[in-house]
Amino acid sequence: MDARRAPRAVIDPIVRKVGFFTPPDPIPFEFSPSANSLSPVMIPPPRHSSENHDLNSRPSVTSPSGDETIAVSGSCNSVLSELFPAPMLPAPSPKIGNGDGGGIVASSFPSGGFDLTVVKASGGVPVCKLTTVSVVNADSFAIDEREKPNRGGGSTMEGKDQAMNSKQKKDKSSKAERRALQEAQRAAKAAAKAEGNKASGTATSVNVKSAKAAKAPQKVDNTSVAASEKKGGDRPSEKDRKKDVPHPRMQYDDKSRVEKAKRRAVVNQTEARNRVELFRHLPQYEHGSQLPDLEAKFFQLDPVHPSVYKVGLQYLSGDISGGNARCIAMLQAFQDAIRDYTVPSEKTLVRDLTAKISSYVSFLIECRPLSISMGNAIRFLKSQIAKLPLTLSESESKSSLQSDIENFIYEKIILADKAIVEHAVTKIRDGDVLLTYGSSSAVEMILLHAYELGKQFRVVVVDSRPRLRGKLLLRRLVEKGLSCTYTHINAVSYIMQEVTRVFLGASSVLSNGTVYSGVGTACVAMVAHSFHVPVIVCCEAFKFHERVQLDSICSNELGDPDVISKVSGREDVNDLDAWANTENLQLLNLIYDATPSDYVSMIVTDYGMIPPTSVPVVVRKYSREHVWI
Amino acid sequence: MESEAPTMENNPKISAYYQTRLAHFGVVSTEWLAQAQSATNPLPSSSTDSDTDKDTNFSVIDEFNRWRSHPDLAEAVAAIRALAAVISSSKASTMMQLEIELKNASDTLKAWDTTSISLTAASDLFMRYVTRTSALEFEEFNSAKSRLIERADKFGEISYKARKIIAMLSQDFIFDGCTILVHGFSRVVFEVLKLAAHNKKRFRVFCTEGRPDRTGLRLSHELAKLDVPVKLVIDSAVAYTMDEVDMVIVGADGVVESGGIINMMGTYQIALVAKSMNKPVYVAAESYKFARHYLLDQKDLVPAIRPVDFGVPIPLKVDVECSARDYTPPQYLTLLFTDLGVLTPSVVSDELIQLYL
Repeated sequence: MDARRAPRAVIDPIVRKVGFFTPPDPIPFEFSPSANSLSPVMIPPPRHSSENHDLNSRPSVTSPSGDETIAVSGSCNSVLSELFPAPMLPAPSPKIGNGDGGGIVASSFPSGGFDLTVVKASGGVPVCKLTTVSVVNADSFAIDEREKPNRGGGSTMEGKDQAMNSKQKKDKSSKAERRALQEAQRAAKAAAKAEGNKASGTATSVNVKSAKAAKAPQKVDNTSVAASEKKGGDRPSEKDRKKDVPHPRMQYDDKSRVEKAKRRAVVNQTEARNRVELFRHLPQYEHGSQLPDLEAKFFQLDPVHPSVYKVGLQYLSGDISGGNARCIAMLQAFQDAIRDYTVPSEKTLVRDLTAKISSYVSFLIECRPLSISMGNAIRFLKSQIAKLPLTLSESESKSSLQSDIENFIYEKIILADKAIVEHAVTKIRDGDVLLTYGSSSAVEMILLHAYELGKQFRVVVVDSRPRLRGKLLLRRLVEKGLSCTYTHINAVSYIMQEVTRVFLGASSVLSNGTVYSGVGTACVAMVAHSFHVPVIVCCEAFKFHERVQLDSICSNELGDPDVISKVSGREDVNDLDAWANTENLQLLNLIYDATPSDYVSMIVTDYGMIPPTSVPVVVRKYSREHVWI
Repeated sequence: MESEAPTMENNPKISAYYQTRLAHFGVVSTEWLAQAQSATNPLPSSSTDSDTDKDTNFSVIDEFNRWRSHPDLAEAVAAIRALAAVISSSKASTMMQLEIELKNASDTLKAWDTTSISLTAASDLFMRYVTRTSALEFEEFNSAKSRLIERADKFGEISYKARKIIAMLSQDFIFDGCTILVHGFSRVVFEVLKLAAHNKKRFRVFCTEGRPDRTGLRLSHELAKLDVPVKLVIDSAVAYTMDEVDMVIVGADGVVESGGIINMMGTYQIALVAKSMNKPVYVAAESYKFARHYLLDQKDLVPAIRPVDFGVPIPLKVDVECSARDYTPPQYLTLLFTDLGVLTPSVVSDELIQLYL
């Protein structure tokens, strides 16, 4: 192990690649680590094209061992493909950690897996068997994680628990075993990379294990937000994981976990092919494949309440979009579900209802990952359920919950929007040219209200493909009589010269003042900043979150890449029709992006107008209010 | 000043705040005397307001003017003292009535000068501070009233002593051999420098002239009396001298929610120059100047008009920019010295949220 680390340490800084890349063809290396007891070159690999190897790891890091592990990976391929003939799976984020995954996997032994390791390690082809074991381990580990599908605070705890558990188990495994395991991982990874850029499953939970406590909650949170339990959480960089296990992290496919998840899942998502490396930690599915299937199942699904099912379908098909609309639809569906809910005998309302809500939430996540505001609403609902006094009867509890939801929608969304409009129209003067991007319900209300008050201004609506939501806003504004200009985001630096104010909506505002909103918002805000145009973000306070995000990559949502390759109404633009078959080409359709707080002049909330630096104060107050309500 | 004099009398929007400052601190010249005389006549609108609003003999405006005549007293503190006097001389018998009286009094004061930020801010803060005790709801009226008076007096004391606290806090930032640039005559900044001189620190001061009221001249005069080496620079020479300057200290007419300040015209310019040359800009402001406005640019400011004396008659066709103050955004400010402590500009909003929400 140590001897092997030295050469890699030399190569690391130069060759490390981050970002979009296609894995290079494997170059034969003369070099092979001397201390490697497993001499993989002895086993010639039968090359398969199987998708069950993760491809995320940096080729640079594995390149020293790249060639010799290819030999091994082939055989591993065959083993794994026999065991797990599963369809494509998404892989977690392609961070630097490569071989680390081996150690981590090895460490995440639940008691059952441990014996298996011992048995297999003595077996004939150590590398492959260990890979198998590692997969199985991750599998059982995944079960633990999936049994607690709670979001937010709950999952934070579990993340930490799992982290600690796995850490203890890690100490138990011997060094040789870990190293052997790591070899296998590396081999598998390199082989997978060699075979092509196919998506593969990876173990989320494994990441959770060795995360530092601070990162673990966030990762698990991300996991639940950005992907369901079966998906990979974000992977910190190699350096973070180097605490005691010195080998680099490696992601590894986790067919079995995905298998199990699929059996439990209601929505059968097929993983997309040809995924972008940098975003492997986010789920990406083939669009359009699940809808007919789900529609057929509508009347057969007992565990999911019909309203929730309907809302899920609407999310899946894109009928409901926009933060407030999604949140309200979800809460109203929950209201219906609670109304029709009856406590089974031998169970308490609080626990059972919480579990039921959690199952609904995981169904909705499968349809479309939750937005941050929806997460806050769910947390509110769960805290209200938990606070129900035990003396209440079932019907009283249910009606209390229903009225809580009603009040939440009314106070935090509807009244909040009114307050935002009141504050923001004071910032619109006669003669202003207001720019807005995309379609935000809050901004639309502000513009219409200002127009009703008789202010003289004109509006520039900036729009962008593929969703072209600005067109809907434009239509509604022009109907009311506002004078509007419509332009594409390519022209934003051109049009910004005439603009006096920029109004933007937000999906969420994070604690460091970062505005998390539809993709393209950051671009508009930065151009406005460089032209010294004030940027005003309008966001209800319930969308604030205590998370901190520094870039748009670690947590995001991936949309359907096919809509990028097609232009509606232009059938002749079809050069990209076969993009999925091209190995070198990946299409990326991001849904959100993060705007740094420097570019935001002011945030208008129902608490008033605040600078971006005061967001944590509001978050604190807000959570305190929740306690008192 | 033929063009100026008629505009002043006809234009009720001339900021009374600046007229007062003129009277107290401006360089006295014959022309100025004439202008100052006409400026300091109480505006007819305010006196009628005060008379009609009060059905008692007590007039808050009179009280305010009485306090205000002290040149050393900040206008906002005068307002606070006046409002405190309203409570003690009030003949109300219920809490609601008292609060309504207070509200009327504070509205009258605000109407007296709509452009003064610190006046508005101080009145609002006073109302919040005084009426925010929960004990008011449970006690009988007289003890509640005396408690209110107590709090009001305390607030008055705090505001009055604010300058001393600020002076103390800022001593650490003035080191031996430093050069300080100051703009206009801010009594808080003067207090800071006075204390530093008293503590035998060696520093020198660059004073901007501070046109059009040339308050810088007055400040340089006062500083020379304290044996502080003073150099007078005209407003246009700020960038020229900024190389030798170690820090800029200014006062504020008001501190807005974004963390920026409203101050005498020219502050924004100086802050821009200082920022581009990496010199820190410190603002000395009392906490009652924190106002709930959020300014995005200069035009968001309600303009306070002040006559500009060019020394020669201006033809009627020529327009003159008469605004007396400007807004400095928070990114150009380094620190705020307040009686709550030494703060960064982003804390202003935190304080306001805690107080108002």
